[in-house]
Amino acid sequence: MTAAALKAPLPGREGLGVGPAEGGRTSESERRRSARQPTPAPSLPGRGETERSVFAVPGIHCAGCIAKIERGLAELPGIAAARVNFSARQVAVEHVFGLDVPELQAAIAKLGFEAQPLRTAEADGVARSESRALLRATAVAGFAAMNVMLMSVSVWSGAGGATRDLFHLLSALIAIPTVAYSGRPFFRSAWSALRHGRTNMDVPISIGVTLVTGLSLFETLTGGEHAYFDGAVMLLFFLLTGRVLDSLMRDRARDGVTALLKQTAPGATLLVDGAAHWRAAGLLVPGDHILVAAGERLAADGIVEAGASAADLSLLTGESAPRRVGVGDKVLAGTLNLDAPLTVRVTAAGPDTAIADLARLMEEAGQGRSRYVRIADRAARLYAPAVHTLAASSFVVWLLMGAGWHQALLIAAAVLIITCPCALGLAVPAAQIVTAGALMRAGVLVKDGSALERLAEADRALFDKTGTLTLGRPAPELAGVPEEARPVLLALARASRHPLSRAIAAALEGTCAASVSGLTEEPGFGMRGTMAGIPVSLGRPASAAGMAAELRIGALAFPVRFEDALRPAATATVVRLAALGVESSIASGDRAEAVAPVARALGLTAQTGMHPEDKLDAIARLAAAGHKVLMVGDGLNDGPALAAGHVSMAPASASDVGQNAADAVFLGDSLAPVAIAVSAARRTMRVVRQNFAIAILYNAVAVPLALLGLVTPLIAAAAMSGSSIIVVANALRLRSAAR
Amino acid sequence: MTGLALLIPLALFLGLSGLAAFFWAMKAGQFEDMDGAALRILIDEDPS
Repeated sequence: MTAAALKAPLPGREGLGVGPAEGGRTSESERRRSARQPTPAPSLPGRGETERSVFAVPGIHCAGCIAKIERGLAELPGIAAARVNFSARQVAVEHVFGLDVPELQAAIAKLGFEAQPLRTAEADGVARSESRALLRATAVAGFAAMNVMLMSVSVWSGAGGATRDLFHLLSALIAIPTVAYSGRPFFRSAWSALRHGRTNMDVPISIGVTLVTGLSLFETLTGGEHAYFDGAVMLLFFLLTGRVLDSLMRDRARDGVTALLKQTAPGATLLVDGAAHWRAAGLLVPGDHILVAAGERLAADGIVEAGASAADLSLLTGESAPRRVGVGDKVLAGTLNLDAPLTVRVTAAGPDTAIADLARLMEEAGQGRSRYVRIADRAARLYAPAVHTLAASSFVVWLLMGAGWHQALLIAAAVLIITCPCALGLAVPAAQIVTAGALMRAGVLVKDGSALERLAEADRALFDKTGTLTLGRPAPELAGVPEEARPVLLALARASRHPLSRAIAAALEGTCAASVSGLTEEPGFGMRGTMAGIPVSLGRPASAAGMAAELRIGALAFPVRFEDALRPAATATVVRLAALGVESSIASGDRAEAVAPVARALGLTAQTGMHPEDKLDAIARLAAAGHKVLMVGDGLNDGPALAAGHVSMAPASASDVGQNAADAVFLGDSLAPVAIAVSAARRTMRVVRQNFAIAILYNAVAVPLALLGLVTPLIAAAAMSGSSIIVVANALRLRSAAR
Repeated sequence: MTGLALLIPLALFLGLSGLAAFFWAMKAGQFEDMDGAALRILIDEDPS
């Protein structure tokens, strides 16, 4: 299939770094312009540079799907290559600048797969290299642990004299560089904690590992009987495994959900005395007149001066029904202008726009959540001081009892090694990553482990209406259109990019379109054409109430009404949440009349007409009453509420901002993943607590032995690996958690 | 004893080559798509 990719009608990477295009414009500005303006599929071989877009395609489930997507996409003009990542259910598309995301999405949809665009954030690279560094450290520790163990087993089996000294020396040669390399994540974290006058789990780990390594080195050089290199290295290996699991989980979620406030246009076409100039969004000032072409996003807030069009506010509200705007109407940055050019007088730009206000509100709201302390850290707060005291007092007591400083130190080190939270370090991440994996298969992407912990605590749920409880996209009611008129309807609808037309075309899939000629799209009205001499049209009805369209064939008129259907399993989800002790209610920005049918259908109480600030207030009130609020929402207007909720979820159809602010994102139309995630999170916490209990039980047995100075390297190794394996095995039970 | 002189370096060498292989695999993106590789073998090459 690489062959298929290479056959694409594009020079691919060869195009990179091509000099200025004609007209003296630099390649850079050319690139930016064409990237922003969604011109229809420009295939400019020879001049195209490629960029990468990544899509989540949950529907991939077999080899056939892989082949279909990769070949289907590679055949399209402008696409250099497509590569499916089956494990992540993602498609990476290498294409020319100028092919924009919706077009690629449509191309994948045409192949029969639902696709969600993902952002290929450069910032991702940082996090990724972090978990790679951890993985490398783990690999080194694993290698060292195996080889040192090889030596240790020989020593334990009775090797003595020169052989034992040689084996100890070899162990030292392997272990010391390993500790220096693989121990760095712990040393660094411990050092930064100490510098700020705190202590964390990494402090006893670091002290224990260095102390034990140093003592063992001393033993080796003086020909002593016991060296604990295997213990130190194995400890690092197990702990690093926990860290890697935790970090991989965050990465995987980051793959799924990364977005920023990038959706506002980077600039606008500025009108000065009739001439048009391109101006970056940051340089716009109130009073400027900007020209917004059809299909372009607004770069600033403003008032329409000329033109009439429909505006897609889905970025701001999550609501897909377009709104009509005309002269004198207020429009906001981030709005997509749908069908006709508008001239807009800028009233607010840059940091003063409504969208920037929301971003600030979100940032403030999210600060409460950053104060949440993860369960492992809470455990460490109790655990670390206890371990320090225990080790220090065993050292003092043995000294007082007349043991030499050397023996006392050895016992203190044994206490540190034994109590080192090996199982404790694995207890939480192992359980969480297994659950996150199970949830991912069920269509929920959880961003990190702390989200699972907070999800388990939720006891109150607030749902946004549009796009969250409902699908957020109009579904046409076609009962008013007779069978024989449907081919005409499809012919008209599929020629337009208007959301309502698209919805009709999608609903009529399988119908054969009639041949309609002379199709034109009339801004502000709809589609017109002729069929066998009869004028036909699909457009706005004269008396428009709500979302509706009207099909006209000659003198006949057929109304097409649209409604926003409830998500599948919405009722079942509310019932299941109630069974879990999570009471739900609706917090909507919509009018009471629009919310009432949904509230009735689900049997929920609702608050309506809420602004983003009102939603924040509602959450703050519930939090003050001692509730942990699960916020489920999708729009930009829900962003602050999503950030303020104790935990939050958003559907994959949500605005970028919504997905960014939420702790977990669920794919697909069904609402069921919300309840599944809550119940899975609770099961995870049960297993985490069991794991803690196992770790404590193990300590209760092993610590007295260490205090009495009975712990040989053999006992330490056996106890450590035994408890770790039990904890991981217990966590694996969660594989079926997402049900 | 002489056996050890051979076996220990050998064991270390094998371990190290395993480690090197893992580092290479990680760098070369061998772990990017674990399940996909198993399925790709079922895809027929392009007829053309």
